[in-house]
Amino acid sequence: MRYIALLLFLVPVSALAVDTEPNLPNAALQQRYETLTHEFRCLVCQNETIAESSAPLAADLRAQVRQQLLTGKTDAQIKQYMVARYGDFVLFKPPWQPNTWLLWAGPLLLLCVGALVVITVVRRKTRLVHISPTDSTGDDFRP
Amino acid sequence: MKALFFLLPVGIVVLLLLLFWKGLYLNPAQVPSPLIGKPVPDFNLPGVGGTSASLKSADFEGHVSILNVWATWCIPCREEQPELVKLAQQHVVTLYGLNYKDDADSALQWLQTQGNPYERDGYDPKGQVGLNFGVYGVPETFVVDSHGIIRHKYIGPLTASLVNGQLIPLVHELEQGSK
Repeated sequence: MRYIALLLFLVPVSALAVDTEPNLPNAALQQRYETLTHEFRCLVCQNETIAESSAPLAADLRAQVRQQLLTGKTDAQIKQYMVARYGDFVLFKPPWQPNTWLLWAGPLLLLCVGALVVITVVRRKTRLVHISPTDSTGDDFRP
Repeated sequence: MKALFFLLPVGIVVLLLLLFWKGLYLNPAQVPSPLIGKPVPDFNLPGVGGTSASLKSADFEGHVSILNVWATWCIPCREEQPELVKLAQQHVVTLYGLNYKDDADSALQWLQTQGNPYERDGYDPKGQVGLNFGVYGVPETFVVDSHGIIRHKYIGPLTASLVNGQLIPLVHELEQGSK
């Protein structure tokens, strides 16, 4: 029973809404608004999205997203607007471009290096086992 | 081969330590501006009032200028203000202000009591022009060359060493470049 209670800690609790503005006129727009505001970083409190942050700058940027959605801008245009002013850092998900190749490919690269190490070690060990019994010098197992 | 197995992990650890060491001296609050190398955004703002004149994009043409983004609610701006006044007295560069999301009365009072270093001072109560400049923390200071291209941005208050050691040399360098 106690453990079940502990499981409750795993349930994500969503933060209380800081965005008090009324919903956009239609559900599709509102959906896009929510997706977009969760993709931009608030540059004042850098680990929060503009949807979560109560900083005045975040409110300004939310208002900007709202206004641009209402004037019929596409998601790509709104992203471009933000990046042009605040740089790639404003995006929570960094774009795939030359200076982020290492960032994106890094984990895979490390995995490959790790695999290479494992393969080399295992190969070497098996070779030792195979050779030793018939090895004329028989040095391997001698103390 | 054995040496490699020993050296590889050591090498990786040393590399990581170097990266972490460098990380200690990085300031995440200093976000590089994508506006460096781009022209000043298009804008036209009225002055704060009183003695300060209006400010528009065309004011940045023909000479090196400095644009300081400030507000009376910004505490570090208080620290920076005497440095700006000193800089203005040296007459080495055209100094403009952008009064960001502020109240005109408080701004005017500030300029009257603390001294007005700005040749022109745009009043941006909604922060729209600030947004176009990518402003996210006041004070911010932009260095603009004689063609109206943003060349450098300082985030945070200017200090005497920053002004004399970096800002003024940069202004001279840009002036040399434009001749």
